[in-house]
Amino acid sequence: MASTTIAEPRAYLQAQMRWRWGEIAFWLATLLPFIVTPDYLLLASQVAIAALFVLSLDLILGFAGIVSLGHAAYFGTGAYTAGLISKWGWGEPLTGLVTAALAAGLFGYVTSFIIARFRHLPLIMITLGIGLLLQESANSASWLTGGFDGLQGIHTWPILGRFRFDLYGYSAYGYALAALFVIFLGARRLIHSPFGLALRGIRDNGQRMRAIGAPTHSHIRTIYTIAAMIAGAAGAILAQTTETVSLEVLGFQRSADVLVMLILGGTGRLYGGLLGAVVYMVARDQFSGLNPQYWYFWIGLLLIAVVVVLPNGLLGGLSLLTWRAKAQS
Amino acid sequence: MPPVFGVLFDGLAYGMLLFLLSVGLSVTLGMMNFVNLAHCSFAMLGGYVTVTLMNRLGWPFFATLPVAFVAAAAATVLLERAFFRRFYNATDLEQCLLTIGIVFVSIAAAAYIYGTDQQPVQLPPFLRGSIHFAGLNFAIYRLFLIAIALTITVVLVATLEMTRFGAQVRAAVNNQRMARGLGIDVDALFAVTFALGSGLAGLGGALAIDLVGLDPSFAFTYLIYVLIVVSVGGLGSIGGSLAAAMLLGISDIAGKYYVPAIGSILIYLVMTVLIMLRPAGIFGRR
Repeated sequence: MASTTIAEPRAYLQAQMRWRWGEIAFWLATLLPFIVTPDYLLLASQVAIAALFVLSLDLILGFAGIVSLGHAAYFGTGAYTAGLISKWGWGEPLTGLVTAALAAGLFGYVTSFIIARFRHLPLIMITLGIGLLLQESANSASWLTGGFDGLQGIHTWPILGRFRFDLYGYSAYGYALAALFVIFLGARRLIHSPFGLALRGIRDNGQRMRAIGAPTHSHIRTIYTIAAMIAGAAGAILAQTTETVSLEVLGFQRSADVLVMLILGGTGRLYGGLLGAVVYMVARDQFSGLNPQYWYFWIGLLLIAVVVVLPNGLLGGLSLLTWRAKAQS
Repeated sequence: MPPVFGVLFDGLAYGMLLFLLSVGLSVTLGMMNFVNLAHCSFAMLGGYVTVTLMNRLGWPFFATLPVAFVAAAAATVLLERAFFRRFYNATDLEQCLLTIGIVFVSIAAAAYIYGTDQQPVQLPPFLRGSIHFAGLNFAIYRLFLIAIALTITVVLVATLEMTRFGAQVRAAVNNQRMARGLGIDVDALFAVTFALGSGLAGLGGALAIDLVGLDPSFAFTYLIYVLIVVSVGGLGSIGGSLAAAMLLGISDIAGKYYVPAIGSILIYLVMTVLIMLRPAGIFGRR
């Protein structure tokens, strides 16, 4: 009897962790831009960076239920750290990436003590406040960050000493995609662990989780720190591949954009955010070619439509459709 | 005039403006817990109504103010019927996203119709210039702003404290379910309060043009200030909103005047720390 009660959750987690055909197809499809659309590799690298950033937000919002309007703070910390290291003469990308992720993680760890104590409106206001605070600080500290003009003089060395960053974006996309895949594997493993289940418990009913003895605050601190590290890595890749960092990396707009991508794709599904990032970035590229000024009109309409029509995002809508099709047959 | 009085006076006028912009949101948030991030879009609508009526149709400034109020209130009623109504029981996140969507649309629409430039207004002559009193110099428009805001505060407090409508609103803010149980039609009450609150924001938007300007980014820039006022002052508290708006207005002007390098950081720092210490606001009870 005792063995089955222990084996059942383990079997459940293992069943969840099994790779599905759709997932394998998705990751194979990420290689297509190299062959099919080699002219759009720079855009593809932007998509991969956005996807990594969305993944980070999904971990805290989709799985732990922490609504954040200031997640760009960690993205920007990573971007500025990577940019500054390179500007000071160490342009090696991998060590720069790790350092930037650690710096963002450290900032995330410090702020997580505040985050863990709040829910609802105060939480939204505090995340917003932290984001604005950091952006204003970066603006004021122009001796360090270049202020409004952005950080100049970044030079990234070739990856592993071989793959030079070029105008076509082969290395940029390869680098961003590799980082996204490796980090995604980590996040996937994390979500399908007992810790991941505990996070979903906190999201769905924090009080009950505390009542059954789960250390909810320390769980939230852990996942928030991890998410901050991933956001920092995404920022670092942006800084390294574009070789510039502007104040915009810390902006409210970026925090709002990443939220839109996640909601568009569907929260708490790992792939939802990735899909949202692809749709959002490609659509922005297409629309801004037509009339850049009014892009936000369409995004606003899209946001309203998603919330009204598809509360679980594109992926949630899809799975509802397949579920209905199965139920009918 | 010694700068300290000037800073206090300007901060007071600015705070009054912030109070007008935010008091409606404070009441609606307190009553329904509906996170309406589009509040400042209604303020912006009021501003643009005034600009259009004055510059294209040649209306006098004062005649446009009631229209700004009514236009913002009417727009709210429409949106409340179409969208907001269905989201009263939704999560914070969904409410945030719906209303951010409305903000995006309103900003793009304003940019499409009016362009991204600052909109000019021509104040009537008797509101321009300044008067000397006790050796000090007071800008007339700011005095006018303070007077209007104080009048509205008195009217609001009197309405809430002395009328049947006000008693129902207070009951609904305190305990929505109990108020429903006593037969108060909270939904209808809320729709009216929502419209009145947005109308005040629209009026605030119209009055703000001369002080802080008007361009499509208004809906975002002032949203942040309004959220600070509401969450620091405490939901549903008019006195709290007034105090928080004064505090924010004076410290913002003082910060930018005395320590320009870190003036804007100071505001966000004060807000974040205050919310950490008192999550329900200075005067909040929950």
